[in-house]
Amino acid sequence: MPDGLSKRTVSVTVNGQDMTAEVEDRYSLADFLRHALGLTGTHLGCEHGVCGACTVLVDGEAVRGCLMLAVQAEGCAVTTIEGLANGDGSLSPLQQAFMDNHGLQCGFCTPGILTTLTAYLRDHPNADEPALREALSGNICRCTGYDTIVRAALAAAETLREGAKA
Amino acid sequence: MKPAPFTYHRAETLTQAADMAASLENARLLSGGQSLMPMMNLRYVAVDHLIDLNPVAELAGVSVDGPRITIGGMTRQRAVLEHDGLAERCPIIQEALSFVGHVQTRNRGTVGGSLAHLDPAAELPGMAALLDAEITITSKDGTRTVAMADYPLGYMTPDINEGEILSAVAFDPWPQGHGWDFREFAQRHGDFAMAGVGSLILLNGAGKIARAAVVLIGVDDGPVRLTEAEDMLCGETPSEDLFRAAGALAAGRPMASDALVTEAYRQHLAGVLVRRSLANAYSRAAKEMSHA
Repeated sequence: MPDGLSKRTVSVTVNGQDMTAEVEDRYSLADFLRHALGLTGTHLGCEHGVCGACTVLVDGEAVRGCLMLAVQAEGCAVTTIEGLANGDGSLSPLQQAFMDNHGLQCGFCTPGILTTLTAYLRDHPNADEPALREALSGNICRCTGYDTIVRAALAAAETLREGAKA
Repeated sequence: MKPAPFTYHRAETLTQAADMAASLENARLLSGGQSLMPMMNLRYVAVDHLIDLNPVAELAGVSVDGPRITIGGMTRQRAVLEHDGLAERCPIIQEALSFVGHVQTRNRGTVGGSLAHLDPAAELPGMAALLDAEITITSKDGTRTVAMADYPLGYMTPDINEGEILSAVAFDPWPQGHGWDFREFAQRHGDFAMAGVGSLILLNGAGKIARAAVVLIGVDDGPVRLTEAEDMLCGETPSEDLFRAAGALAAGRPMASDALVTEAYRQHLAGVLVRRSLANAYSRAAKEMSHA
């Protein structure tokens, strides 16, 4: 056992802002966001990589915030649920689609689903329902509102496609 | 929920990682962390030192230029899934990778990490067994290779000693025109498979089976090559009855039983999956032949 708790200073760009904090080596990225930076929008469900609630974007790609150490995110650009809204604070097309289609009930899984879909719809703007269901297979919703979640995702994809055309 | 305290070490090169692995006591190597971190979070595993291989750029990459395909240990599963050159020469890997976890875990999870973790239901060790791959292992003392057939020593126990790093996996792809199929049965897409099968078929000019390979995953301590079924298939004219007989051979072997799945159910699944997999691999091989 090492003497005392090993700590280090971690600097990460979170939602466009440079953030620095001292954390224990064993801190997950999700714990770092929540406890060191106070960004509690990232939710921790299972803390062993199954539920997907803690999904955040690291350098644009969706990862499990509970399975990556904060120290591994040194120098990376992290996007959390707090960074998804439009610059003026209004809801992004994806967020709006979830509101319009009742894509959330209790909302616990929503941050992970929205971050996952942000990256997925960026890479697959023409995703159909089976593809979206597979893309969301790593996010568990215990209210089991999957149909409205998928409906919201399809609606968001359509809005984003129209936006890209305009 | 947090892992027990440890000290984090960032390795920049393979040499540096090997030096750390040789000198640090009670250390583990961290690759994608999609299996090790859950085990540490749940405190099934407690280490004093964690050596992070993620910054080691020389361990990541896919080489498909020569006759042999080499995949670096730290290559992300997503990079393998989306590698066009690999998909062209060895399409079964892409088909199997789509079952590995989920999009978020494939973004971090690595080929070497999966091979070193050696979960009985893991797709990548199954692919390595199917393709008669060779594993390259690097340590401070140099490099050695081990055939995938000899690599699993038991349940989740690979032939890797303390201080050693799985640095690459290499294999010869099957000739152009071969047929392939990977499928599995799980409760949810991306979950651990109750049973899975990969198969490869090469036809000769007369339309008979010149070469066949079949592997089962999720049914025993490690991947299981069905050599008896392979021998039975070779030289034969493909037919539904032939594939049914191969499925029966698969279903006849002893299999694991756990809280979710009985041995009899696994055997049933294996039989059905092998039959369907071979039929699809054959139909793809026939299609490739008709294009040639």
